[in-house]
Amino acid sequence: MTPVATPFFFYFLSALTLGSAFLVITCKNAVHSALALILGLLGQAGLYLMLYAPFVAGVQIMLYAGGIMVLFLFVIMLVNLDRALKEEQFSRQWLAGCLAAIILGALFVGVLMRGKALFPASSEQIAEASNTQQIGELLYGPYMFAFEIASLLLLVAIIGAVVMAKKRI
Amino acid sequence: MLDALTSYLSSDTTPGQAGNVLWALIYILIVFGGVSVAVMAMNWLERKALAHFQIRLGPMRVGPHGLLQPIADAIKLLTKEDIIPERADRLVFWIAPLIILCASFAVYVVIPFGPTHAITDLNIGILFMLGVSSLSVLGVVMAGWASNSHYPLIGSLRSSAQMISYEVAMGMAVVSAILMTSLNRSGTGTLSMIGIVEAQQQQQIWYLFKFFPLGFLAFVVFAIAMVAETNRAPFDLPEAESELTAGFHTEYSGLRWSLFMLGEYAAMIAVSSIAVTLWLGGWLRPFPNALTGATWDLVFSLVPGFSFLALAAVAWIGVIRMPKDPYFRVQTLGLAAFGLLLGLIGLVLFAPPVRERIQDIFWFTAKVAFFMYMYIWYRATFPRYRFDQLMRVGWKVLLPISLGVLIGTAVVGVVF
Repeated sequence: MTPVATPFFFYFLSALTLGSAFLVITCKNAVHSALALILGLLGQAGLYLMLYAPFVAGVQIMLYAGGIMVLFLFVIMLVNLDRALKEEQFSRQWLAGCLAAIILGALFVGVLMRGKALFPASSEQIAEASNTQQIGELLYGPYMFAFEIASLLLLVAIIGAVVMAKKRI
Repeated sequence: MLDALTSYLSSDTTPGQAGNVLWALIYILIVFGGVSVAVMAMNWLERKALAHFQIRLGPMRVGPHGLLQPIADAIKLLTKEDIIPERADRLVFWIAPLIILCASFAVYVVIPFGPTHAITDLNIGILFMLGVSSLSVLGVVMAGWASNSHYPLIGSLRSSAQMISYEVAMGMAVVSAILMTSLNRSGTGTLSMIGIVEAQQQQQIWYLFKFFPLGFLAFVVFAIAMVAETNRAPFDLPEAESELTAGFHTEYSGLRWSLFMLGEYAAMIAVSSIAVTLWLGGWLRPFPNALTGATWDLVFSLVPGFSFLALAAVAWIGVIRMPKDPYFRVQTLGLAAFGLLLGLIGLVLFAPPVRERIQDIFWFTAKVAFFMYMYIWYRATFPRYRFDQLMRVGWKVLLPISLGVLIGTAVVGVVF
């Protein structure tokens, strides 16, 4: 099956992601920022789909939907929106900002100039149908240790949350 | 163009896999039209069934036995004044119902009505369904927040806590069913909706009955969690009318409110079809392994036609029992015409080529319809949970059960 209108979708999704990422930092209202963030993450999921990684795209949607929900709750419960609107949105440290932007820009330009030479020769195209299975085999095979470490980290976070939320255990 | 239309008919894949854009569009139109009609029918059935549960008559005035009531309601909602509260966040207020609608309709892309009757077959099908349908909670919270009012905000906060809690148990139950798909000779499972049903066909068993208490328990957990997930009674705390007026959609009216309702019913049908696909064998007819042979195939393929004829007979009884007063003449004629239409559909379904293509869809729809009736039944039977009870059921009952079922399924699957 041949892909349909690939360049169009790539530019469309990229523009969507970048545009909403820009909105995340420029919106005065924190709720609007959260909404722009989820739009950006959806665009990113679309980009994963274009890279023939449907599993990553699906997990991206699933996890970030829940994540953004929690962010939403934080905004509603903890941020005083009326006061936030009056406060200045950007800090005055433009020097540090410029420096960081220049370094990051230089990195991007460098990657762009070196081009394909930076990346390993195109790895074999994995069939889309077995994508999930391949990820599973990698996670529970060569990367077993890293996977288990990550789950341990999450367990610590869960225990920490319970300890902080409960006064008496 | 004509070639693209006809070439698909002889293939045996979904239009999405065949890359046939034209047929994919046709399928999308059919599915979305069908879902919209089903929502209207469900609306009528719910009011009617609830009324009969409570020994009332329900809608009787608009059309025979209130059959045209949903259409009248739709016209009323479309022509109503569209009110946006003055201090509301207009943009978010405007987007919220659209998000709910999109989230609940997008999942229909992967629902398999038959081996080839799906818009497309994603190999992450079930993941896609769970992920996209979990986006609808975002719409609920946005609606509650943007209304800038107390009741909607409380309703939406309740909704977010409830949905996040029940999603966990639901996900665990789904994982245990997916684990069962991997118990074949090659040992590879699948997340694709069509693949899951085919795995049940291969293993000759609905997952409801597999490893007997385990599959059944997972199904029960899912069946409870899906009611909570769609905000329906007895878990309808986000819109508990006795406490919160109408919960998160208190400030909505007219068209926007009807979008919420459409989204809610579409989501109900969608989660019911997940349950049907995972545990009740999707499009497979009952007893595909016990009652085999050409005779039984013929008998079961005649069921769709006969059930439409039965509906026609019910309509006919209605015609006979209609009062003979000239005041009721139009209604009687309308009901007779409706019965005739149903009878004609039944006769068409007897024709062999139609019969072959339609029976998968019929069995799938019948199973989903059973769940839809259960939704009404729950609503008429159970009192609403209190919020702490709701949380306790979700975290302390359903989650441990589903974790246990998951571990049990893994152990039994490896041992046997």
